[in-house]
Amino acid sequence: MEKMSQDIIISSHGDGGLLTHQLMREIFIPFLDNEWLQEQGDAALLNLNGQKLAMSTDSFVVSPLFFKGGDIGKLAVCGTVNDLVVSGASPLWISAAFILPAGMNKSELKRVVQSMHTTANSLNLPVVTGDTKVVDSGDRNNLFINTTGIGLVQTDARFNTKYIQPGDVIIASGSMGDHGAAILAERLEFKGDNTPTSDCAPLTALFDKLKPFYADIRVMRDPTRGGLATTLIELAAAGNVDLFLEEGEIYIKPEVSAIADILGVDPYYLASEGRALIIVSASEANDIVKTLKTVPGAEDSSIIGSVRKVGGSVYLRTRLGGTRRLKMLSGKPLPRIC
Amino acid sequence: MNNQLDQQNISHKLNQSLLQRLERLGRQLVEEKGRKLVLMEVCGTHTVAYARTGIADLISDYIDLRSGPGCPICVTHQKDLDMVFSLAGLENTLIVTFGDLLRVPGSYTTLEQEIARGGRVQICYSPQEAVETAAQNPATKVVFIAIGFETTAPAIAAAIKLAAHQQLTNFWVYPILKRVPPALKALLLSPIGLDGFILPGHVATVLGSKGFNFMKNHGYPSVVTGFDSLDLLWGLYNLLKMIEENRVDVSNAYSHVVKEEGNRQARLLIEECYAIEPVTRWRGLGLIPESGYTLQPAYSKFNACLHFAMDVPDTSTDPRCICGPVITGQSNPHQCPLFGRHCTPSTPVGPCMVSPEGACGAYYYYR
Repeated sequence: MEKMSQDIIISSHGDGGLLTHQLMREIFIPFLDNEWLQEQGDAALLNLNGQKLAMSTDSFVVSPLFFKGGDIGKLAVCGTVNDLVVSGASPLWISAAFILPAGMNKSELKRVVQSMHTTANSLNLPVVTGDTKVVDSGDRNNLFINTTGIGLVQTDARFNTKYIQPGDVIIASGSMGDHGAAILAERLEFKGDNTPTSDCAPLTALFDKLKPFYADIRVMRDPTRGGLATTLIELAAAGNVDLFLEEGEIYIKPEVSAIADILGVDPYYLASEGRALIIVSASEANDIVKTLKTVPGAEDSSIIGSVRKVGGSVYLRTRLGGTRRLKMLSGKPLPRIC
Repeated sequence: MNNQLDQQNISHKLNQSLLQRLERLGRQLVEEKGRKLVLMEVCGTHTVAYARTGIADLISDYIDLRSGPGCPICVTHQKDLDMVFSLAGLENTLIVTFGDLLRVPGSYTTLEQEIARGGRVQICYSPQEAVETAAQNPATKVVFIAIGFETTAPAIAAAIKLAAHQQLTNFWVYPILKRVPPALKALLLSPIGLDGFILPGHVATVLGSKGFNFMKNHGYPSVVTGFDSLDLLWGLYNLLKMIEENRVDVSNAYSHVVKEEGNRQARLLIEECYAIEPVTRWRGLGLIPESGYTLQPAYSKFNACLHFAMDVPDTSTDPRCICGPVITGQSNPHQCPLFGRHCTPSTPVGPCMVSPEGACGAYYYYR
């Protein structure tokens, strides 16, 4: 059989799954490889005259631009801020670059920028540089935003997958998949009070509250693209450990599982934009959960699983007691309605 | 929250006690027969649900649960896929489809690759969206790809009627709709060594449990089954009970949703819009008489097959791919020489690996 063409970029290359990883291995790493990229963290950790800085960049292409619980402006700030935070850094500065579609309403753009301002302002985070370009993309909803953030890595906050060890405990700072479900509900044009709300929020308050525990935290991640499952699969592989999750302990809101059920997608692969997954030493786990529960937005924090042994896979014990392995999705979940 | 916890607790206890009873009965039957029970489900949603809940894993000591022709994408013939994908290259033409078709490989391309090459494809959540798109873009030829069973057919029929009502001249449907009962009958004609069937709850919602009464004539016990864990276990338990009692019947373990009569309104929509094709091609099952729907003459102006001249090269499939035997329950996915190595969800060789309801994909992700 004639091999199908593998020489063009298809949308699955941007989904954070297998094809994204393949693209990195095949094209980006060979040309751009260096010690910082090799770390493959959410942010690069940079040493500057004894100071340790973190730098992270992210592009936002969400559609629709406005959704229940947020919009692309708020998301663009939170996304980059959270990547810094889970790398152990307090955000100092942020940039914002806009690629605007010709034909976009100025009033919509104003709403987006206003929302960026509100979010950044609440964090005392100045937008220190920016850029604007306009493209004739044909679709006037195609607003793209890139933000880059720089933060100061906190003393003791040495988060790295290499510190994960068997016996450690996995904590989730709340319900999973809210953002992904909210976006799906918007696209389906579901109306009413019972539709999911995006959890889009900065993790800075959570990070500050955890200060006394920085030394006990092995690693932190925000389960954005690809959700809980993809994030933990990456952690398991990077840390060479097997992770075991208890389905009964993972909080999926009823309105989120309703959407997931209707579309036949797995909520463990739906993005969160204001949650942290934290792997910590077992001895401090309960105190950390107690502390997290006092942080607004993290009241539903719980222990969802543990690190069992050397390996590299993620296993889920279902409510019924069966065990299944979680694997990296190839591409975003694609629904069928029947 | 408390109420919700109580509810979860109760359902957990029910699940556990049912699972224990199922296991006792299952092990007893295995002892009597000297082998595992071989059961088949014929619904993509069941394939995924049994795997995702962990039930497939929990029962694997005593039940070999096979997937039948229940995933609409998987049973679509390669030729039909090639024809549909060829539409993506046509000028001024927009394909509208459910998302699950996007990465399915035809002989030469996928819709996702066609998009990257400039083809226009819109993912929709309901067939009605395709009609709305056509109404809003009168200069664009809009083709909805109608893949599905009796469950999907009524909603598509409603969309066709809407297009007729709006007198649209730029909307077509490419009908690849199939009927489950003829496929089951075809499957039962050859000896397949099965002990019983888990019948598709969604299809039965439309056809009614009576729509599967023919199963009795073939000597197989079968149970209409729903989709949450309690439903899934209850269906299996009912089926094992029937096997224990040597009772050949069609029982309904999803009676809170499925009525014996089914949904008459949905069937009327089907009858109004579709004619039954004399013969329809299936992947894995070959040609099956009266197993597919085409449009009624009154609606044939919406039939994309009649409007678009589709000339595609001969189909080409990897001879090692065993999607056919997997669809008919003769093989389990892991028995395929390509499974998990050459054929993965990011490098799918056959549709069963990449359709969200495909047996190979479910096996890959969940087992």
